[in-house]
Amino acid sequence: MTQYVLRRLGFLLLTLLFTSLIIFAVTQFLPGDPCRVILGREVGEAALEDCREDLGLNVPVPIQYLNWLTKFVSSDWGTSFSTKTAIYPLVMNRLRNSLWLAAISLVIAVPVSILLGVIAGLNENKLSDTLINVTGLSVVGLPAFVTGVVLIQIFAFNLRILPANSSIPPESTFSEALPMLILPALTITLILLAYFTRLTRAGVIEELKKPYVRTADLKGLPRRVVIAKHVLRNALLPTITVIAISFGWLISGLVIVENVFNYPGLGRLMVFAIDRRDLPLMQAVTMITVVGFALANLVADLMYAALNPRIRFK
Amino acid sequence: MHPGSEIPILNVENLTVAYQHGETWQNAVRDVSLRISSGETLGLVGESGSGKTTLLYGIMRYLPAGGRLRGGTIELAGQDLSALSDAEMRHVWGKQIGMVPQNPQTSLNPTIQVGEQIAETVRHHLSLDGPAAWRRVIELLEMVHINDPHRVSKSYPHQISGGMQQRILIAMALSTEPILLVLDEPTTNLDVTTQAEILDLIGEQIQVHKTAAIYVTHNLGVAANICDRIAVMYAGELVEEAPTSGLFEKPLHPYTQGLLDSVPRLGETKSSLRLRAIEGQIPPIDEHPPGCVFAPRCPIAIEICKQHTPLYVPDTGRRTRCHRWEELMLEEVFARQKPAPKIQQQDEFAEEDQTLKLENISVHFPVKRSLREALSRSPTKTVKAVDGVNMQMSKRETLGLVGESGSGKTTLARAVMGLVEKTGGKMELLGISLPSRLSERHLDTLRSLQMVFQDSDGALNPYLSIGESLRRPLISLVGINRAQADAEVDKLLNAVHLRSSFAQRLPGQLSGGEKQRVAIARAFASNPDLLICDEPVSSLDVSVQASILNLLNDLQLENHSSLLFISHDLAVVGYLADFIFVMYLGQIMQEAQAVDLFDSPYHPYTEALLSAIPVADPQALQDFIRLEDALPNPTDELTGCPYHTRCQRTLGNICEQETPPWQEDENGKRIYCHIPLEELRAAQKRAFAQPRSERE
Repeated sequence: MTQYVLRRLGFLLLTLLFTSLIIFAVTQFLPGDPCRVILGREVGEAALEDCREDLGLNVPVPIQYLNWLTKFVSSDWGTSFSTKTAIYPLVMNRLRNSLWLAAISLVIAVPVSILLGVIAGLNENKLSDTLINVTGLSVVGLPAFVTGVVLIQIFAFNLRILPANSSIPPESTFSEALPMLILPALTITLILLAYFTRLTRAGVIEELKKPYVRTADLKGLPRRVVIAKHVLRNALLPTITVIAISFGWLISGLVIVENVFNYPGLGRLMVFAIDRRDLPLMQAVTMITVVGFALANLVADLMYAALNPRIRFK
Repeated sequence: MHPGSEIPILNVENLTVAYQHGETWQNAVRDVSLRISSGETLGLVGESGSGKTTLLYGIMRYLPAGGRLRGGTIELAGQDLSALSDAEMRHVWGKQIGMVPQNPQTSLNPTIQVGEQIAETVRHHLSLDGPAAWRRVIELLEMVHINDPHRVSKSYPHQISGGMQQRILIAMALSTEPILLVLDEPTTNLDVTTQAEILDLIGEQIQVHKTAAIYVTHNLGVAANICDRIAVMYAGELVEEAPTSGLFEKPLHPYTQGLLDSVPRLGETKSSLRLRAIEGQIPPIDEHPPGCVFAPRCPIAIEICKQHTPLYVPDTGRRTRCHRWEELMLEEVFARQKPAPKIQQQDEFAEEDQTLKLENISVHFPVKRSLREALSRSPTKTVKAVDGVNMQMSKRETLGLVGESGSGKTTLARAVMGLVEKTGGKMELLGISLPSRLSERHLDTLRSLQMVFQDSDGALNPYLSIGESLRRPLISLVGINRAQADAEVDKLLNAVHLRSSFAQRLPGQLSGGEKQRVAIARAFASNPDLLICDEPVSSLDVSVQASILNLLNDLQLENHSSLLFISHDLAVVGYLADFIFVMYLGQIMQEAQAVDLFDSPYHPYTEALLSAIPVADPQALQDFIRLEDALPNPTDELTGCPYHTRCQRTLGNICEQETPPWQEDENGKRIYCHIPLEELRAAQKRAFAQPRSERE
């Protein structure tokens, strides 16, 4: 098992290294002179030269890459072109927000979807299954800006129990932010539910057909033990890995939800950076996103190995 | 055993089980009655479609959603099971009925330790607490002769061998001391030697616990071994029931006789008799003829057989559903006939004609190394699937290759075909060197070397019609154009006894036996010089098996081909082959002519194989040689004789350290062993069961 973990970690590092190369290379090919962007068009050559010296653009490209990489690893992510503030604290703050939102969403989505998926799987083709499937399909078809707005309308304006706006200030603590996290988390949950439920349902249906379930039944074990103890741990294997992987998406891919709720997450930050051609900021957010995905994948692999003895013991 | 003199543990009366097909219900089991007393083992024998499995699960009240009991009663120790609900049955399952399923690998939960899987049964039914339950688990594992029970109990199913998995399942079933043991073909997927051990274990445990037992199997030999009485099923009906010895000595139903005749027995070869295949096929569930369901296929059917046949009772404990049972009893009528064999013209081919020559063939697979191993520069371990095999086949010869799983026989076949690259040695086909890889071979070679695989399902493209599948080799290998190909396809279908209309059908519409015939037809399409058959009949019913073996024999004679026939079944190989090679762990242990194989001296491994095969004759005497231990780890470096770790006649150090010599006797039999032939000959009594009729 340790071998497996070490190997996976090794791959992770390689992936990150390779991605960093790509990200850096892409920025090299973008047209335009960053110094011109920063200083504007009217400045003289001398000022531009100074700027280039400052930004370290006069050294050979591979050295620039290494400089960039070392700075990145030591949390020196430079200054944003657009906000003129340090990038590292900004990105970290947004990351924290996104992590909170992702966590709350999963805390709601995972138990509910597993429950619904198991019910649907156990009652294949019966009424409960059809209901769950139809609901899931219709919900997943609704765009986030529709469900988000509807939720705001109901809970913020009609029932007045939750805030309509989720722009949490940077210094807020988790408990302060919590009420503002609920509605966006619900919106995200609706999207996730459809996928996780379907996957769980498929897993349950598949496992129920297997001979070991028959063995368990014919040992006289109560039905609920057969389901909870024997079927679930096999049926949930694919679902769990998908959940782990979706965590990566949840950190940086929620632009629409963040916009609807005015939530200061990484997704909006990226759009902001792209809008303003803020190169260093873009690089930083991309790298963090990649790290997030890679870690999520690693966790998924490790969890799969932990739950599946056939992988754990060769 | 006097059935009926004790209160039966299981009393089934007039049971009918039906399955739902769309709107209608069709009866898979019709009007079956059985009785089993304590300590008695009843065998339920039948082929696919006989309804034996449905009957078994019907009795246990464990039918899938579309299945239902439609009549009759099931009494277990006086309690009527047919009225119980699913929840109520859960008090019976595991407690009063213990089941041993087929296919141990998939019948155990892959993510739970095997000890726990037994412990939960014991905790639930016997109300034992944690530590007490685990003590019981260890006791049970010892009862089923598992060495190192503590380690095994903490293992996961994939970490233990098939035989051990089956022992776990047996221990599980017996853990609550059930009154009825239900066994659903528990040895079907196991090696012959493992099967023999498991059968021994089952027999022993049944004796010790005195449970009543039902044993479902399609293998009459196994039934003869274990069962006190046997019930034969055909197309959902019970056609005959008798005490075991009576059934084999004097079967009173033509179907039973047909089953007994279609199985080749050890010692019978194609030159001594022709296997009798039962004509026709089992009728589909909705097309049963009125009257006797076997009549359309029965060689002695008469007018009255078109009327419904009741169960006659010729004697206590015997029942048969044949109108003509009296004539069968008095042998006035013979349903069993041994058709005259086809004599092969031996003198026609020159001795020099060599089809296949294999010299020192090796196929070694490197084992993936961990990072640590690579860094430490230790030598890469290899699995020596095939290690130094020499073989020669003459024209029109059938060479049988026998071995169990892990012997390397399939790898060898694939190496010859070019599907797997050999790592050493030379191959020659018809005197011309054979490249290792398929892609390097000429079309001519492909035409002259064809293969038939075990899995007929996977061998045919499900999207191509049969005609199309047969046309392809004709067009690409033989070179005829599409228009002429149709006529050829017709000829091929007829050669394998399939109607021309089959050309339009899809593989999904054919039975296993029919698909295998198509695969054989396709293999013979290019008129190959050498046909390799890798377990072509292993997944087929016994009666279908007989017809396929006859077919292979006939086609080989007509086409003047050579046949390399691979199987784990010594009786089948012994029947069809001229020459037999026995393989173990990648090396050949013995070479002999088929007729000589069954006379001593034998290689000790052959001896063990022969004694492990269950024979369909309960009176047969058998030397039980049981191999201890599992196969050695395939990556271990083996010195000396590969069989020395399990050999029942090992001479000690010499077998471990020195490679054995090849010893040859006057008949051309060659044995790879240190023990001198004379000693073997003297020490080995007849190693396999001699059918009663041939003794004295």
